[in-house]
Amino acid sequence: MSGTSSHQIDAATAWGGKTSPFSVSYGKLMMWFFLVSDGLTFGGLLSALGFAKFANPEASGTWPMGEEVFTHFPFTHANLPLLYVAFMTFILIVSSVTMVLAVEAGHRMDKRGVIKWLSLTVVGGLIFLGSQVWEWSTFIAGPDGNLSTWHDNTTLAHNCYGGEYEVVGHGHESHTVITSYGPTLYSNFFFFITGFHGFHVFTGVLFNLLVLRNVVRGVYHRRGHYEMVEKVGLYWHFVDLVWVFVFTFFYLV
Amino acid sequence: MLVRDDIIEYSLHSHHTEEQGKLIRKKIWKVTAILSVITAIEVLIGAYMPKRHQTEMTWALIKYGYIILTAVKAGYIVLVFMHLGDERKTLKYMILVPYIMFILYLIFILVFEASYINNAWETLR
Repeated sequence: MSGTSSHQIDAATAWGGKTSPFSVSYGKLMMWFFLVSDGLTFGGLLSALGFAKFANPEASGTWPMGEEVFTHFPFTHANLPLLYVAFMTFILIVSSVTMVLAVEAGHRMDKRGVIKWLSLTVVGGLIFLGSQVWEWSTFIAGPDGNLSTWHDNTTLAHNCYGGEYEVVGHGHESHTVITSYGPTLYSNFFFFITGFHGFHVFTGVLFNLLVLRNVVRGVYHRRGHYEMVEKVGLYWHFVDLVWVFVFTFFYLV
Repeated sequence: MLVRDDIIEYSLHSHHTEEQGKLIRKKIWKVTAILSVITAIEVLIGAYMPKRHQTEMTWALIKYGYIILTAVKAGYIVLVFMHLGDERKTLKYMILVPYIMFILYLIFILVFEASYINNAWETLR
């Protein structure tokens, strides 16, 4: 996005050992290397999901269809396929946009602009994390919050999807009994991959907050450039990029 | 601050002016619109054309459509938001080519192995 990031230097200088051949700083190059390796981790996990799905003859019958994975929405019992997950996706895209606007403001040395857009990015990240907490708690405790997988000492993996339960008794005396569980292999993949992504969002929010603190204190203004914002920006966009794939392979296909 | 004069400070070259910033912001909002529209299309298809109401043929079309739309979104995020498209060509291809080659190979090998294992299970039933 930066107008002159590919500053021209002659070949002898570029490849003579005096400078980086890619015209980028050491930190940015290493962030890219890290993102490639992290991308391979997520690529491996999602490929493994595909392997488990295609290798298991029963998967096509018992695994949930993408758009039926999550059909709940806060404050309603209506059956709304995809709507909540679409909301989460939109929040993450918007926070990616505010991040790239923060980077752009940094290139103009506009400290107030960076603070404004970076703060909004943090807010977007927190909304996404909160949404994921609600989604998980709905999976684990049921849409009415009255299920418990901890009673009979079972694990998270048992209750993600497709389990059946019935309400026993009336009024205050009633409680819910789980009669069957959904496909465990699917739940393991679901909670591991969305959880690993959620962990990345969490660390991204932490990095953004640390950098925001430095921006407010004027550290980067004194340094003469806001490249640190650009580097955490790369990480934040990567988190959005991973979600694009998680969204497709869990909620659509 | 100590500035070493034997190292080129690339970070200082990445500044741009107010006019350049205007063009860049215009591009950002354009890409935002594209990403939002693609996501909206995916969600509408998912909500109104669910898998259980499709024939095998149309579902295959929808499925590959989703994957193509996902790749388009990923391309916009990497090339514009992560501005890899504006970096030097050597950096761009050093990041993209090995990654894409390795992932395509992994998907190919896992999907093929999976279909053989699936067949093996079927014969045991």
